[in-house]
Amino acid sequence: MSTPDRPVVISVEGLTARFGEETVLQDVSFQVFKGEILVVLGGSGCGKSTLLKHLIGLYQPCAGRVLVNGVDVNTDDEAELKRLRMGFGVLFQSGALFGSMTLAENVALPLQEYTDLADETIELIVKMKLGLVQLAGYENHLPSEISGGMKKRAGLARAMALDPTILFFDEPSAGLDPITSAELDNLIKGLNAGMGTTMVVVTHELASIFSIAHRVVILDKEAKGIIAVGDPQELKEHSQDLRVINFFNRRPMPHQETRI
Amino acid sequence: MTTALGSPEGYSIQVAGDRDQVVFSFSGRLALENLDELRADIQGLLGEMAARRLQVDLKGVQYLDSAGALALLELQREASERGLNFDFANLTPEAQGILGLIDPRDLAAPPLITERIPSPMEQVGEATLRFLQDLVQVITFLGELLLNLGHSLVHPRTVRWGEVAFYLKRTGVDGLPIVGLISLLLGLIIAFMSSLQLKQFGANIYVASLLAIAMVKELGPIMTSILVAGRSGSAFAAEIGTMMVNEEVDALVTMGLNPVRFLAVPKVLATLVAVPLLTLYADFFGILGGLIVGVLGLDLTAFTYISETQRSLALFDLTSSLIKAAVFAILIAGIGCQRGFQVRGGAQGVGAATTSAVVAAIFLIIVTDSAFALVFHYLGY
Repeated sequence: MSTPDRPVVISVEGLTARFGEETVLQDVSFQVFKGEILVVLGGSGCGKSTLLKHLIGLYQPCAGRVLVNGVDVNTDDEAELKRLRMGFGVLFQSGALFGSMTLAENVALPLQEYTDLADETIELIVKMKLGLVQLAGYENHLPSEISGGMKKRAGLARAMALDPTILFFDEPSAGLDPITSAELDNLIKGLNAGMGTTMVVVTHELASIFSIAHRVVILDKEAKGIIAVGDPQELKEHSQDLRVINFFNRRPMPHQETRI
Repeated sequence: MTTALGSPEGYSIQVAGDRDQVVFSFSGRLALENLDELRADIQGLLGEMAARRLQVDLKGVQYLDSAGALALLELQREASERGLNFDFANLTPEAQGILGLIDPRDLAAPPLITERIPSPMEQVGEATLRFLQDLVQVITFLGELLLNLGHSLVHPRTVRWGEVAFYLKRTGVDGLPIVGLISLLLGLIIAFMSSLQLKQFGANIYVASLLAIAMVKELGPIMTSILVAGRSGSAFAAEIGTMMVNEEVDALVTMGLNPVRFLAVPKVLATLVAVPLLTLYADFFGILGGLIVGVLGLDLTAFTYISETQRSLALFDLTSSLIKAAVFAILIAGIGCQRGFQVRGGAQGVGAATTSAVVAAIFLIIVTDSAFALVFHYLGY
């Protein structure tokens, strides 16, 4: 529930997602509070990325709704939708940088589209954003000329271009080595602490979860929804749900064990 | 001394002080939407300053984002450069957090790569080098392709015939409607246009001969090949190019499979069968188009038209048409696959390869057709 100290910025109400005959998420409800880092986790195929795509309005739910700052993400009002999308940024799994543009052009794109700022000002903001993600000097590099970790950071710089109040991350550590992953976690924490940005992170990397999460939402494939919400350390130590215990301790459920 | 500046919807800057110290008191929103104005106002105020100490008071600031923080840090840097004593006052923890994230050195760091536009002479030189390199790559690939085709003919069990059938359907069967339609219309147009001239000499009947020879010897193979290049050559380039981007071709190599034999040979074999058959099909529809004009517009009977068509065509005309079609097929599929294997980077590379495959194929088709014309001429056909 929203309070003056903890306003709700994202509210998921009774969300159901289906692909053809297959129901992926059934009647999912939860809230995200301002300034927190909420991690959505679960095993492969539990619907984490599907949930994220519903949160950012790429998919329409079969039932229920998603409210971001009180606005339905699937609103038909074009002006409202535009304002909504300017208020959040998304870091996609592989960065989703535009390959034909330099890093500077990628980061500048939202500024050119949504503001009337002078070119010189945009250039300065781009330098600042790239500096925030430790990519100072890489303005003229193409995405094909940088590593996977750098692409993610450049994607984050672009997601932050308009100083959004909410950032979404889709598997930010995927494909990264442990050190680069830890560096990205530190960047996420630093940005959250410094700018107070609300963050929703979809991941299944346990190390990242305990490093960055204020709260976690655990999804389960068989339950088609949430099986636990709360502080990750508390859930790991005190949860009575076998699925939660096994997830945090990296133990397959009995029916998931493989025989060699 | 007190002055005030600002934007009605955003921020305001109160300036107060004396000869020794000036205080800039910011209030309101220091945010992205105000950044241009904010920077201009700050520059203006700094320019007018005579005091040696500058304090920036943020007590009245209601909202500060990274853009606003950028403007403040710029102010701090410029003040330092002017030798002014500078400090912030009433800095909230949130403001401190945002200001702490930005490293002023990053703003001054030069790019590691400098954009440089080459001179026209350099561009010509680079383009020439690229063309020669491209020519070498195309010839090398065609050689490798022919070797693998030869290997496939000697060892037919190594050919993925399922893939050949798949591409035969895509290139051949799926192309029937468009090839038929274009050829029919072409036949109609040629017959009609030539009849306008031939009518004057009472030579209507020669419309049939003109059209038959033009279609079978030249237009049939060329138009069909150009259509196949646009439909299938580009598709081959896009498919293999995307596989290059996704590292699927690397996966084939690491599995010990020859990518040319695995990916290109089935496509080339399918095109080698499809294009000559489509050419015959195109010839038929082209002549049919002429027949329609002849019967409906030139008072010829169908029998007369068809007889004249048969009389004007020699077996070699048909044979040469099929030989050309086969050669064009290898060029179309070969270039399409070669461009696909050349793709580097991402989506833009795939797009460029697709375009290049079609343009290069059409160019080579015309050049090869000219070569055939010369060869047949000197052979006496």
